[in-house]
Amino acid sequence: MNFPTDRQYTAEHEWIDSQGQVGITDYAQDALGDVVFVDLPAVGNQLQIGDTFGVVESVKSVSDLYSPVQGVVEAVNDQLVDHPEWINEDPYGKGWIIRLRTEKLAEDLLSAEQYRQQVGEGKGGV
Amino acid sequence: MPLEYTGILDEHHTVRTRMGMFDVSHMGEFLVTGPGAADFVDRVTTNRPGRLEVDQATYAALCQEDGGTLDDLVVYRRAATEFMLVVNAASREHDWAWLNLQRAREGDAVQLADVSDTLALIALQGPQAMALMQALVGPGVAELLRFRFSTTFAMAGRPVLISRTGYTGEDGVEIYTAADDALRVWQALAAREVKPIGLGARDTLRLEAGLPLYGHELARDISPVEAGLTQFIRTRPDQEFIGQPALLRQLRSGPARRLVGLRLEGGAIARAGYPVLDDSATVVGRVTSGSYAPTLRQPVAMVLVAAERADPDTALWVAIRGKPILGRVVALPFYRRRGPRPSGQ
Repeated sequence: MNFPTDRQYTAEHEWIDSQGQVGITDYAQDALGDVVFVDLPAVGNQLQIGDTFGVVESVKSVSDLYSPVQGVVEAVNDQLVDHPEWINEDPYGKGWIIRLRTEKLAEDLLSAEQYRQQVGEGKGGV
Repeated sequence: MPLEYTGILDEHHTVRTRMGMFDVSHMGEFLVTGPGAADFVDRVTTNRPGRLEVDQATYAALCQEDGGTLDDLVVYRRAATEFMLVVNAASREHDWAWLNLQRAREGDAVQLADVSDTLALIALQGPQAMALMQALVGPGVAELLRFRFSTTFAMAGRPVLISRTGYTGEDGVEIYTAADDALRVWQALAAREVKPIGLGARDTLRLEAGLPLYGHELARDISPVEAGLTQFIRTRPDQEFIGQPALLRQLRSGPARRLVGLRLEGGAIARAGYPVLDDSATVVGRVTSGSYAPTLRQPVAMVLVAAERADPDTALWVAIRGKPILGRVVALPFYRRRGPRPSGQ
């Protein structure tokens, strides 16, 4: 499974990059299966660390999305409304979900390697 | 049976456009035999399997006295005095106890046997299913009408019972084999590049086809009248079965609740248990099953609602994570396959 090293991860399976873009991990999209709906927040929403900012639904389950930072929603990927499957196809690219103007990072964000270990893949090449 | 193999959507479309196979060996099978077998199956089920011809099957419900549903099942008449009841895995133990309780009244005229562990069941479903079955077992299999079955065929050198039935809304068969032969039959299909289908797609396929799932659309507190299964309920009072008086009362006065379809706006999925509201935000029912419908490309749900809110095109809301989402009542099924349908039932 792919966990790029140019971003940080949460224990709840989100990623955030240096531009404040947020999405869900390869592990999360695989566990969810076919994503068919994404509930996006409004631009301008203020989020605290750990706030629920949206929902991803697959055929088989619903998953809340948690903010990895304190910040304001600067942009949402509204193309996901018509193409929720992009989250499965390209979770780190065109499957990004929101972009935040970060005010404060969570203290417990994980590196790619730490996240990989958490999801039980152990050490290994990315 | 796994939830998915290659992905629920892919598997769903595979069955709708080509074909797929399902290992549904978890289903329970009971044999009812003896000179009283026909009368017995008529007394315990809502339909009239005692009038079936040999090699014919029917769908029915098993009800308790108050008309609540204990299970739904398919009854196969294998001989004049031999029937096979195919029941849900989750209901199997209770059904078995219930049927034995009823059988006690029959004395020696009826024998019951639980053969679930000796039988496997593989369903082959989809528009290409019958052509493949013809190639595998001979052209005669296509002559089976819907809800007819035959024990004259063999697959992979093993005797099988082939039934023109299914749970997907597509044409196809269900293949009963001895448990020991199941792997060979499965491999014979796999060798023809038939893809395996999991529980997830089984659920979206049956939901689109408007087929009930016990524990959702049918339950001890949901009667087959409420679930819209009146064509499987015999109404002549001289053909009494357990629960008939209660069901006839519901039919006469109209049931208080009805099962209907709902097509939802937006993309959020109305899942089982979510409340259903009317225009005035009054709770009028609940979702019994809901999912994304891959063929319709929108979320749909089956909902059990107050009868006065069940007319087609009624606007209803489903509370999804606290937000009311608009839906429109539609007649079931959501999906009906095109092309000629084999008749029979």
